[in-house]
Amino acid sequence: MSTIGYDSWAVDLAEVGAVYPFQGSEGLMVLLGVIFWIGWHRIQFVREGAHLEKAKNMGDKEKISSLLEKY
Amino acid sequence: MDGNLNALTTVFTEFYYWVTVVFMFLIHVGFCMYEVGASRHRNHMHTLMKNIMIIPLVTVTFFFFGWWIYWSFPSFPFFGGLNHDAGAANLPWSENMGTNLSDRITGVFWAAFLLFSWTAASIVSGAVIERIRSSALWVHAVMIGSVFWIIDAAWGWHAEGWMVKYLGYHDAYASGVIHAIAGGYALGVIMVLGPRLGKFAADGTPRDIPPHNPWMLTIGIFLIYSGFWGFYAACNIPAISPEGIGGLLTGETWTATNIYLAPTSLSAITFNFLMSLSGGLMAAYVVSKGDAFWTFSGGLAGIITASAGNDLYHPIQAMLVGAVGVVIVYKLHYWVERTFKIDDAVGAVAVHGYSGIVGLIIAGFLLWGAPSSPYEGYAAVNPVGQTVGAVIMFGVLGWLPGFVIAKMQAAAGVLRIPVEVELQGLDYAEHHAYEDAKAEIIAADKAALNGGGVPAE
Repeated sequence: MSTIGYDSWAVDLAEVGAVYPFQGSEGLMVLLGVIFWIGWHRIQFVREGAHLEKAKNMGDKEKISSLLEKY
Repeated sequence: MDGNLNALTTVFTEFYYWVTVVFMFLIHVGFCMYEVGASRHRNHMHTLMKNIMIIPLVTVTFFFFGWWIYWSFPSFPFFGGLNHDAGAANLPWSENMGTNLSDRITGVFWAAFLLFSWTAASIVSGAVIERIRSSALWVHAVMIGSVFWIIDAAWGWHAEGWMVKYLGYHDAYASGVIHAIAGGYALGVIMVLGPRLGKFAADGTPRDIPPHNPWMLTIGIFLIYSGFWGFYAACNIPAISPEGIGGLLTGETWTATNIYLAPTSLSAITFNFLMSLSGGLMAAYVVSKGDAFWTFSGGLAGIITASAGNDLYHPIQAMLVGAVGVVIVYKLHYWVERTFKIDDAVGAVAVHGYSGIVGLIIAGFLLWGAPSSPYEGYAAVNPVGQTVGAVIMFGVLGWLPGFVIAKMQAAAGVLRIPVEVELQGLDYAEHHAYEDAKAEIIAADKAALNGGGVPAE
């Protein structure tokens, strides 16, 4: 048994199509990929929101002023 | 070159490998920029020269004996003797190793492998910055670049390598044969070399030593990404007939193959390169909480983790493998740093070594049962073979020689620079003439400025 559907390369390549593992599970793979992608956005929104909330109270006026001068 | 088709294929293959070599040069440029950007200002020139001199030293030694090792060692020493026939054609005094109109491939194929050698040596170079003697590093560069990586290539990255035959070892784009071995070698060296001064507080807490020039690092790693395209292409045979392969394949359909002469396509590896890069970048951004340099390195680690099976993976598999690998590698890096007080200055052990190991093992599961070779009688890809392969790459051919040679250098007092030099900076110690000349001309200019006149001629 082979995850790619071929146990041997004793084949005519003219008759071979997909050779990736777990053919037939493309829908599931796309679902997992989309969960990864959407999950990434979710984590990023939450983290950035929390970071900005914390950051808005962090700086003192003198330091901010010097940063503005620094451009 | 008999016949037009044969001539066209030969010239195309010659040009194909030549282009990969040019692309791969960018990897070395990127490593140089990354190392210099990561080092502190007082060590710039030393860091740059340490890496630049890898190029000639590994090149000449790879010409003298590295290339011969690749062709002679596929079964040696456990499963047969040296392959003298194949080796003879690749000795430095062979007619094939020069301008020869009946062999248009050896030169470019040699060069493609050579650029891998530079990469292996350069990976080690990054881990040891700011405290190793150049002379010591250059011995390591020759050993990893022209001896140990090419032994592992003969064993596990050759159509007749014993690891491929008996373990079903599969490592299409060199997770193990370049990255795991170089990471393991670097770990062996830095365990003996010790951390940079100030890296760990008195209570053992690690300190961050920030890069002096983050933009140089950024450009450096993007150049490495660019060069990696050439690296991937160089791992393939671009076009070959079933007759040319001479294995089990039937029919008349030509194909690109991986280094084991098993079918794949440039399209497949383009999909998978980009998706594993993306998976690595996304996972690294999350796990490092947006740290720029870990994110960039994570892109690289994503590709490296997926590389063992990127000739066959589906793009989404490549993306997820890259992402999973990066999380493991990131956590492992900091655990090792805290627990063993290891100063891996640019994360080379993690990004290359741990990614390589993880990538090999994952490929064993995802490609379980896939044929490792187009030839009869070879073991199929399997998790045990891949895990044993990872141990051989990282541990036996990487960590062990790095550790032993570094121990010998330490015993001889030629491994680490003196503390005084480390503090004042290698550039001052080794390039004092430049520093003195600079100081003198600056002082003269200032004197002229303050005096309001023209300096004396």
